[in-house]
Amino acid sequence: MEFLKKNPKIFQWLFLLIVFFALCFAIEVPETYKFIRGQAEFIKDPNQSTFVFAGKEVRYYAFDVFWRLPPLLGWLPIWINDSLFFLMNDWMPMEFWNEDTQEFKTRPLLLQISRNLTGFMTFIIELIREILLGGLETIVAFTSWDFIDANPWAELPGLPWTIVAAGATILSYKLSGKGLAIFAGLTMVYISIFGQWKPSMQTLSFILVAAPLSFIFGLGLGISAFKSKRVEKALYPILLVMQTMPQYAVLVPALVLFGVGDHAAVIITMIVAIPPMILLTLLGLRAIPPEVIEAGKMSGCNNWQLMFKVLIPTARRDILIGVNQVIMVCFSMAVISAFIGAKGLGFNLLLALNQLNIGLALEAGLCISLIAILLDKMSLAWANKQTDYFGNLSFFERNKNTIFFIGAFIIGIVLAYIGTFLFKNTFNYLFEIPHNKGISTADFWNKGVDWIFDTFFVYIKAFNTWLIQDVLQPMRALYLRMPAIATIVLVVGAGYLIGGIRSALVVCGLTLFIALSPWWDRALVTTYMATFGVIVSCLIGFTVGTLCFQSKSAAKFMLGVCDIFQTFPSFVYLIPVMMLFGITDTSVLIAVIVYATIPATRYTIEGLRSVPVGLHEAATMSGVNKFQRLTKIEFPLAFPHMMLGLNQTIVFALFMVIIGAFIGTEDLGQYILKALSDKNGAGIGLTLGICVAFIGLIFDNLIRTWVDKRKKHLGIA
Amino acid sequence: MSEAVIKCESVYKIFGENAEKMLQEANGNVDAKTFQENGCIVGVNNASFEVAKGEMLVVMGLSGSGKSTLLRCISRLTDATGGKIFIEGQDLLELNNKELIDLRRNKMGMVFQSFALLPHKTVVENIAFPLQIKGINTDDSISKAMDMVKLVGLDGRENYFPRELSGGQQQRVGIARSLAVEPDIWFLDEPFSALDPLIRKEMQDEFLRLQDKLQKTIMFITHDFDEALKLADRIAIMKDGIIEQLDTPAKIVLNPATEYVRKFTEEVPREKVLLIEDVMDQSTSDNLGDLRVSKNEIIENVAEKILTQDKTVGVIDKNNKVIGSINPTKIINTVFGGRKNGN
Repeated sequence: MEFLKKNPKIFQWLFLLIVFFALCFAIEVPETYKFIRGQAEFIKDPNQSTFVFAGKEVRYYAFDVFWRLPPLLGWLPIWINDSLFFLMNDWMPMEFWNEDTQEFKTRPLLLQISRNLTGFMTFIIELIREILLGGLETIVAFTSWDFIDANPWAELPGLPWTIVAAGATILSYKLSGKGLAIFAGLTMVYISIFGQWKPSMQTLSFILVAAPLSFIFGLGLGISAFKSKRVEKALYPILLVMQTMPQYAVLVPALVLFGVGDHAAVIITMIVAIPPMILLTLLGLRAIPPEVIEAGKMSGCNNWQLMFKVLIPTARRDILIGVNQVIMVCFSMAVISAFIGAKGLGFNLLLALNQLNIGLALEAGLCISLIAILLDKMSLAWANKQTDYFGNLSFFERNKNTIFFIGAFIIGIVLAYIGTFLFKNTFNYLFEIPHNKGISTADFWNKGVDWIFDTFFVYIKAFNTWLIQDVLQPMRALYLRMPAIATIVLVVGAGYLIGGIRSALVVCGLTLFIALSPWWDRALVTTYMATFGVIVSCLIGFTVGTLCFQSKSAAKFMLGVCDIFQTFPSFVYLIPVMMLFGITDTSVLIAVIVYATIPATRYTIEGLRSVPVGLHEAATMSGVNKFQRLTKIEFPLAFPHMMLGLNQTIVFALFMVIIGAFIGTEDLGQYILKALSDKNGAGIGLTLGICVAFIGLIFDNLIRTWVDKRKKHLGIA
Repeated sequence: MSEAVIKCESVYKIFGENAEKMLQEANGNVDAKTFQENGCIVGVNNASFEVAKGEMLVVMGLSGSGKSTLLRCISRLTDATGGKIFIEGQDLLELNNKELIDLRRNKMGMVFQSFALLPHKTVVENIAFPLQIKGINTDDSISKAMDMVKLVGLDGRENYFPRELSGGQQQRVGIARSLAVEPDIWFLDEPFSALDPLIRKEMQDEFLRLQDKLQKTIMFITHDFDEALKLADRIAIMKDGIIEQLDTPAKIVLNPATEYVRKFTEEVPREKVLLIEDVMDQSTSDNLGDLRVSKNEIIENVAEKILTQDKTVGVIDKNNKVIGSINPTKIINTVFGGRKNGN
């Protein structure tokens, strides 16, 4: 008791836990309850209860309110869906000139805007795609199909792969030097020789449109948020939700608004990629020392000059990290948006995964990862590059990269021309190696997978069974056994103990939204999977991070590994686990663990590193040994930063759990996937996305509040 | 005194939401405490002074005394809450944005404590920056900037980036940048505070050399009393936003206006600050010795000569005319007397 009196916080937490468990045991499981029956709007069942709100009929299985809250928000998805359709199809019809039929036509305003926007997007994507691969569409856009029929020469020829490869190499050399140039060259040659050229260039053209547009809009919005408090306040909640919103979920409403295809994928990628760009722009601009701004003003800058000649260059480090993030998101979306018909590597990857052709999937995944790493390194090199000051360089030295590229261009064309003679009766390999004519390693990998399965089947199976039967099933059952009211009490109580009444209200609101939606049970399953993943990831990440921290070179190496792993589009993680564990929950969980371990490790190392050197020396002089220093000095001080890592780990885990729906889980992600093929899925998809985002935000709020308090307490805020 | 280049009339700067309303209600009688209770912080409290052409006014005060705020009011980096500021007769607060930018582009230069160099530009590009902002083309601005590089003694380092320079060198760039547009008015906000003592002394000497050559009108902010004594034509000592005393260094040392000012002067080695002129007797008695000293000598330099004399020493002006006298006792009293435990 003495102990409890001294630590009132521990007493409060104990009390909260006691209340929670008391509620759990006091509230019986209703007899009619079977797993997941809340979601029932579309099934007619005489046992269901119904209510009507805002003109929508919501059907559900009624339970005791203590056990499960009634889905009072059940009308929301239907309502969102109907409003979307209304906006698209019936709102503000206007007369628009139709170029094809040469007459005025009545169309709803939003539909027309959306069609113009997508038309524009399609045009630039096609333009870049045809520069890289050749084609007709661009010329058709300016003329007509009749013109093409009359003039068969009118076709963009496309660049031979040799030129693109040389261009990438020279650009890498200019940005960073030999190392990156070699990597760029090898990547391009690999892609070409292994017959992935066409899909790779399709993906690249998608990225080359999505990334710059996201950058421009993100920068613009970031600047306006920096300049106006009002804009910032308006953007803030959107940024917050988008940070934890699974990328999957935004696909569904996009289908309704922009249709199917690359253009829709670009727009949706922008929606996902712009928020981190805004955040980093804002962060960079905020970090500028006020004296630099004053120096700019005293130099007589007007507002425009101040922004573009002083502020943005000074903040360029953070802004370019934003660019880097944009590129990463774009690659991630390049795969996911294959669900809504984007072409390229992502599409091949999904197709291969669907056919369980692990070898093909691995090849596509490798290509997309290589391009992602390449672009990532290039943008980072750009970020860290200082502008050369041209002192007394000769014309050649100044323009050598351009000259080399022109040379490569000419050589490439000559080679492609020679190729037309060399490969008269087959494909011109010096121009483009077709998809099925490259070297393929797919068979090798497939055989390998088969071999692994044959050899280790017993062990994998045993492990699988053990994990599912003895760990996952009981854990899942425990989560589902929680009465809704007990969960809410636990979460709100934690919010109150950590952040006071304000935090309690915020998390209460977020939890209630999920509890009142029709998917509480599914959300519990999502949370259980994420929790399992996060616990294992943190154990691994904190251990590995701490061990690596002991040696400088190991820490540096580990951070490098984290960088590269983070560059892989999230979908790629599913390939190797499916290889080993097939289509089970285990696969998803292992992908979650691998993916979520990255931030856990990274933040552990960074947190430990951020402990001031002075303290190290002070500790050493007080005669502590290595272990004492770790436990008494470094861990307590690094802990807040490590908790931010936990926050990221949770977000990463949630993302992966949702993506795991592709393999087949029973959580919210599965419904998002279903909503993709549902005509009325937009509202459901969006609401589900918000539910997932809110799960993330509950933890985000609790952890951030705690970290802020702790940092203030330690004086390292 | 010739015409005033900078003229302040009852300048107030008060931070807080209802600052202007509260200032009006206070009716010229601003009390920091009552303002603070109402959520306002008084930065500058009723500052009135003039700076003449070619004069160097040093504003001295500890951190939080409002000296930097005062400077920012005069450069209009922040708008004063009340009062009037005239730059060469122009009412600063009446200027619109364009006129203000013109004024800054042509008349004002400013040096910052943390140097505030643009990290993405080289030394010469940093210096050329204000010129390029003005619209001067690259070649002309770079060649003008190169002159400035030579002026501050950084030739050979013009293509370095700021991060590759030491603090002292960075501040030389800051100084060169502020001088690039050949401003008439030069603001320096604690330019040497972030530097090591040795470098600081070097930079102060360099600064005096430059000022000797350029004869700008200067407002110089510092928290270092010795620095103020060394550089200033006149010193303004600030505390809690109020100018406690504004006078020449000698007069401040000899006649501190308030207890606060006296505390600063206590530790000052007077023989290094005061001139013979400041301590001599105006009367010229007949029994002067043979020794004559110039009125513009610093006491330290002639003290030994005077102290070895039995008789009173005559003080002469630059025409060798005797205008006063000084005896050894006076020197001893000046140097050792008037301290905390003396007198």
